[in-house]
Amino acid sequence: MPEQITLMVNGRSVSVARGATVAIAVTVAGMHCRNSVTGEPRGPLCGMGICFECRVEIDGALHQRSCQILCASGMNVRTNEQGNYKTI
Amino acid sequence: MSRAAYDVAIVGAGIVGAACANECARHGMRVVLIDQDSAGGGATNAAMGHIVVMDDSEAQFSLTRYSQQLWQELKPQLPDDVEYEQCGTIWVAADEDEMQAVRRKHAYYSRDGVPVEVLDSESLRRLEPNLRNGLAGGLLVPEDAVLYPPCAARFLMERARAAGTTLSFGVQVSRMGNGCVRLSDGTEFSAPVIVNAAGAASPMLTPGIEVKKRKGHLVITDRYPGLVRHQLVELGYLKSAHSVISDSVAFNVQPRRTGQVLIGSSRQFGAENNEVDHQILARMVQRASHYMPALAHTSAIRVWTGFRAATPDKLPLIGPWPEDSTLYLATGHEGLGITTSLATARLLVAQITGGTTEIPVEPYLPARTGSMEHLHA
Repeated sequence: MPEQITLMVNGRSVSVARGATVAIAVTVAGMHCRNSVTGEPRGPLCGMGICFECRVEIDGALHQRSCQILCASGMNVRTNEQGNYKTI
Repeated sequence: MSRAAYDVAIVGAGIVGAACANECARHGMRVVLIDQDSAGGGATNAAMGHIVVMDDSEAQFSLTRYSQQLWQELKPQLPDDVEYEQCGTIWVAADEDEMQAVRRKHAYYSRDGVPVEVLDSESLRRLEPNLRNGLAGGLLVPEDAVLYPPCAARFLMERARAAGTTLSFGVQVSRMGNGCVRLSDGTEFSAPVIVNAAGAASPMLTPGIEVKKRKGHLVITDRYPGLVRHQLVELGYLKSAHSVISDSVAFNVQPRRTGQVLIGSSRQFGAENNEVDHQILARMVQRASHYMPALAHTSAIRVWTGFRAATPDKLPLIGPWPEDSTLYLATGHEGLGITTSLATARLLVAQITGGTTEIPVEPYLPARTGSMEHLHA
């Protein structure tokens, strides 16, 4: 059994296998990554860092591509950007 | 060959041409507005959209202040997509030398009733927490604003059209003069008054006018709401923007309603192609992150260039061209075309109709250019 690491997604504790991307942690948490400017839910589409649909906030940094970043213990992930448009 | 009779034919549907068309139409003139592309195809679409009072000279101050007030009057009628936001400008002073410039600017603006506030280091930090530590202060000009230039130009053009203006887009203008604008497909528009409002392209249509292209770069970031709250311009900008011989960059950033940040600015003479110059872009972005370190961690989503229409004395050309009694100019606005478009239209129409103006027209008359050739480096 691979080593499990624990991080926070929208304030909830989530455990994933070491090596999992943040996009996986968001999915495990039952969330989607972001809302489009017109309020539609968005998540990993290309899975390779090109489409930018899977952006989340990681440790305070906005617009991080969750499909390209591996989970780290204690990471704080937020899917609701503090934008002036509709958030989840 | 087709012929149509108009009272005025305006070449160039950027924000200046659109404002002139609207003003002419409002005065009951039959107008045709002509552009080889579409509305705002040149500097207008490439511009930041800063409505700013500037004091390089008395004449620049009068024109920008007058025009800023016209924008304020128009504000209630502007559609939402114009994104007019009165966020104010902060002129950022890095050191005590620049604080002296802040105090001079404060005295100058106050004398003419423009609201301004001197900020010390601490108040600057409170208003813009993402600026770097250790800046000396700044000058807040709260009535300055930002808008989205393509939609502002379209709004003025649609108003002109609603008042009967004809649009001719998509065909190149091959020449204009002697009461006639001729297109490359043979179409001719005849009018007793023709207006060259073609911005950076204007000297190609009217050889001899003192307008040169000055290339600029802009970057837009992803959405970072609250990162920047006012239009921020370094006071060093006044030095760099004045240099007419060398390439220059300055810290100049603007918050958009979406939370995006526009990052400028660069000025280059003699750069004719519109490709991104990575060397100058790097200098520009470094300058910006020097003032606002957090910018280095943002994602840029697009970079583009545009050409300002620059004159040797930093003032636009508004009025009759002495070599052709039918030809008027409304060009040479460099980086202030969005700000001064509305005032330009007022001054132009007053000269066409023989009306009176709120501010003197003399400083902007094209006839002055004979005496300023020596200013071009």
